[in-house]
Amino acid sequence: MKELRYEAPADVAAAVALLSRPGARAIAGGTNLVDLMKLGVETPDLLVDVDALDLAGVEDTADGGLRIGAGTRNSDLAADPRVRSRYPVLSRALLSAASGQLRNAASTGGNLLQRTRCSYFTDTSKACNKRVPGSGCPAVEGLSRGLAVLGTSEHCLATHPGDMSVALAALDAVVHAETPDGPVEIPLVDFHRLPGDAPQTDTVLPAGSVVTAVSLPPSRGVSTYRKARDRASYAFALVSVAAVLEVEDGVVRDVRIALGGVAHKPWRATLAEQALTGQPATAESFRAAADAELAQATPTAQNAFKVPLARRLVVGTLLELTGADL
Amino acid sequence: MTTRSSLTLTVNGTDHALELDHRTTLLDALREHLGLTGSKKGCDHGQCGACTVLLGGRRVNACLTLAVQVRGREVTTVEGLGTPEDLSPLQEAFLECDALQCGYCTSGQLVSGVAVQQEAADGWPSAVTEDLTAGLSGPVVLDDAEVRERMSGNLCRCGAYRGITAAVLA
Ligand SMILES: Cc1cc2nc3c(=O)[nH]c(=O)nc-3n(C[C@H](O)[C@H](O)[C@H](O)COP(=O)(O)OP(=O)(O)OC[C@H]3O[C@@H](n4cnc5c(N)ncnc54)[C@H](O)[C@@H]3O)c2cc1C
Ligand code: FES
Ligand code: FES
Repeated sequence: MKELRYEAPADVAAAVALLSRPGARAIAGGTNLVDLMKLGVETPDLLVDVDALDLAGVEDTADGGLRIGAGTRNSDLAADPRVRSRYPVLSRALLSAASGQLRNAASTGGNLLQRTRCSYFTDTSKACNKRVPGSGCPAVEGLSRGLAVLGTSEHCLATHPGDMSVALAALDAVVHAETPDGPVEIPLVDFHRLPGDAPQTDTVLPAGSVVTAVSLPPSRGVSTYRKARDRASYAFALVSVAAVLEVEDGVVRDVRIALGGVAHKPWRATLAEQALTGQPATAESFRAAADAELAQATPTAQNAFKVPLARRLVVGTLLELTGADL
Repeated sequence: MTTRSSLTLTVNGTDHALELDHRTTLLDALREHLGLTGSKKGCDHGQCGACTVLLGGRRVNACLTLAVQVRGREVTTVEGLGTPEDLSPLQEAFLECDALQCGYCTSGQLVSGVAVQQEAADGWPSAVTEDLTAGLSGPVVLDDAEVRERMSGNLCRCGAYRGITAAVLA
């Protein structure tokens, strides 16, 4: 780690001004940033403590939704009574992530902006287009078991590793931020990018911005989150599914499905959603919908298992939401 | 360029005035600057839980927490839970349940265990809590599966998990 300055800004405007300087990084819980600083992946020379901004708290909005302050801790959000009763997919996603210790430190803003866990990205002795643009992507021919199968590019197979954002994608959440050019609202599904030929950029958030909140529209339907991983707890997703389902008289009225662990962004399964809307809520249509989405997968030999895993997880999650006996 | 700050760390009820490099983690501040070596460094990357302390009463990994961010907040380490003459109930339970072998993970397990008991008392759900709304009106009742899930952030290389789970439930 190199020497660095530390500032606790008095307000969001001051934070944006500080963050517009080269080499500046926001820090909240530090559970991702400090880790990456120790590894030499992140080398800031100024830390701007966004925890000084008092951005924590969950509020009801006028339309019946919720506004989650960027400083809200993952554990507080998961335990919030309104989230537990109205947005169970979000509580479940948060509770499936990391550990009790990490969830107490991890903030909503930091969770959105956590970096990939690709082993080439975190190892500075290796090439990585995300860390050093143009240096190459060894994962394409190398270790890709945990990496992306949807929306990949020849330049990067990294995944967004988080759980919370997958639930937020299925909930049609909106990210609120203060940028050097003023406030912006960005739908969660557009917030993270696909790698394309610029994998060094994770999100569309302009440099120097402070994420201030995430808002949720009023809840609809029933929802839950399922996560498949290499051990029962305290591990990142191989594949995860966030689903929100509305069924009327046995017919799917509305469905929103997002996949985690499979792409550079939380993957909203729009093809599956289209295939399913208006269809009977049965295992058969759930399977057809999953297949419609996963037909576009571009897995490697090492991560091809994620495709059938995703298919089974989607079907199992939707069946669970219909109350089917499993 | 100011790369150091003067700050006060409040640890186990005592204020300590320190001048620290901004890169110093809370774990290194405790161990190297205050001589409180109960909190252990296992992985230094948030992966093992050996460094677990309470920050404002809530468990966190001290290895990923920068000391400069902790100014003015109450830190509790394993040294603050009990003393050899006057063990805390969970420390007694660890002895009774044979919840350790080498002991390296134990201080983190103890601090985490105290927090798990508090989180359940506060009605916080976990990934294995079947009904998310169950704890809204009162405590979540801990059982084997709940404790194993809630303690998953603390690894034990000696595999003393059965004793640890029993002690947290005791
Ligand atoms: C061992 C381990 C296991 C984990 N397992 C999981 C898991 O299973 N699932 C999962 O989802 N996550 C997991 N995580 C990741 C964890 O959820 C993230 O580290 C955490 O959410 C980051 O939040 P933070 O507040 O600590 O962010 P920080 O580390 O403080 O910041 C992360 C990034 O966000 C930026 N940032 C933070 N706040 C703002 C803001 N308000 N505005 C602008 N930029 C901001 C920072 O500059 C930095 O780039 C794990 C982490 C560890 C160490
Ligand atoms: S030393 Fe902090 S989690 Fe391992
Ligand atoms: S008792 Fe040895 S690591 Fe847990």
